Amino acid sequence: MAYVPEHMTADKPPKGAGIVGFLTSRAVVAPIAAVVVFLLLWELIVWANGWPDYLMASPSDLPAAYAQYWELFLIMGWQTLWRTIVGLVLAVIVGVGFGMVMGFSRTMRDALYPLLVGFNAIPKATVVPIVALLFVGAHDFNTILIAFMISFFPIAVSVSIGLSTLEPEYRDILRSLGASQTTIFRKIALPKTLPEFFGALKVSVTLAFIGTNLMEIVSPHGRGLGALFDSGKTNSNYPLMFAVLIALAFLGIVLYYIVVALEKIFAGWAERQPG
Amino acid sequence: MNHLIDISGVRHAYKTESGPLPVLDGLDISVPEGGFCAVVGPSGCGKSTLTKLIAGLMRPDAGSVKLHRTEVTSPRSTVGMAFQNPVLLEWRTILDNVILPLEIVPNKLTRAQREERARSLLSMVGLEGFEEKRPSELSGGMRQRASLCRALVHKPEVLILDEPFGALDAFTREDLWQIMHQVKEREPFTGVLITHDLRESIFLADQVVVLSGRPARTQYVLDVGTSGPRDLDHLYTAEASEMLAILRHQIEIAQGRAEPQASAPARAVQ
Repeated sequence: MAYVPEHMTADKPPKGAGIVGFLTSRAVVAPIAAVVVFLLLWELIVWANGWPDYLMASPSDLPAAYAQYWELFLIMGWQTLWRTIVGLVLAVIVGVGFGMVMGFSRTMRDALYPLLVGFNAIPKATVVPIVALLFVGAHDFNTILIAFMISFFPIAVSVSIGLSTLEPEYRDILRSLGASQTTIFRKIALPKTLPEFFGALKVSVTLAFIGTNLMEIVSPHGRGLGALFDSGKTNSNYPLMFAVLIALAFLGIVLYYIVVALEKIFAGWAERQPG
Repeated sequence: MNHLIDISGVRHAYKTESGPLPVLDGLDISVPEGGFCAVVGPSGCGKSTLTKLIAGLMRPDAGSVKLHRTEVTSPRSTVGMAFQNPVLLEWRTILDNVILPLEIVPNKLTRAQREERARSLLSMVGLEGFEEKRPSELSGGMRQRASLCRALVHKPEVLILDEPFGALDAFTREDLWQIMHQVKEREPFTGVLITHDLRESIFLADQVVVLSGRPARTQYVLDVGTSGPRDLDHLYTAEASEMLAILRHQIEIAQGRAEPQASAPARAVQ
């Protein structure tokens, strides 16, 4: 039979190859340009208002602050980073666990949802002093705990929704072949939930940073960028405070794009080809 | 007569909060080996329940569902299914989607043999060259073809099609009807086709079962009188028009819009 495919997808022409091609590509140039514009605007606003250093720092004050405290930035930046990552890993483990339980069992979903929502609704800033008192002296543990508590909720919800909204036909296809529940989970439920999981993980990354810094600022124990921020505050060192904020933003961006890279590897199929 | 699929006196009710909801009540369907049976009926009359019963995903409250004279009590790998929603796994290539059943059904095929089997099916339905594409890169008709290949890859005895062409445009649908016939020539199976399209039912099947409104029972059985491949022109013959008129009338009865006539056309079998 003469058969004509309904549409043929032609292979795309190769893009500008090599490192130069990458560095001049839109994906690199556009965000850098945006950052430059942002810094210029910031500088302009501070300059136009004639704000002095002790009221508002401008971008041009920051290099001096970094140069003066670079060692502290490295040490404390690392402290913030590893505690955030450990909190996040815990959030992933516990969040996926809760998500699976709620995704597969209606009863558990009905039972746990209000509890989790209530827990999530409590401002974590109020939990910080409780945790700090409860585990007094365990700085690393406390910080990780807050980072975990603030960031596991989106993961639990997205995994449970991903699993519970699995179309019954997907199950039927495998069940009609005699597949076990484990096989169905491994072959279908797990991969199908990955895009939702990574979506939630992107939210959780930034939340985990908030959690870490809450603990570092509210209950200062001399560790992490939060503590550095707090010392800047105590000394009215505005450039230092702003330098910490920018460092935090930088770490947040790095971690976020690590998640994006992981998403591309494990759930790249969910991304639609443009055009 | 040796019937591969034998459904007799099946009754089934779903449990709902407002009490049992009967969906099937006195269902009888028999399909000989190699036969192709289309099932038509009003919306919501329990046609999809029927597919689950044959696939062994559910057991009826009463009556019997037999394949090869053995009661169906659990899913069996000799059944292939395709739905209106092609439910392809978006994270797999088309080739890996088709291979999926071979990863579950016990078999001794090597990876290379599985691929070869999947490739030959894909080329049969005109999807050669699309093996490495993702489902999202294919049109609806192409996805449905891939879904058909997946349903057939483990050489099932029984192929259950639950409105597989329902969401496609008219021309794509006619394309797929033709492909269905070619496939059945090369990969013999016993088919049950759930459909809303009366033309589709007489074009593909050799027997059309009309179900009554819910709770469904077998209301009428039409013998199409032909089996095997046929030409699309076949649909525009006087004979086909007559069959369509009969089926249309039976559907109206099933919907409660027409009274059963004493002078009902005498094409019914059984």
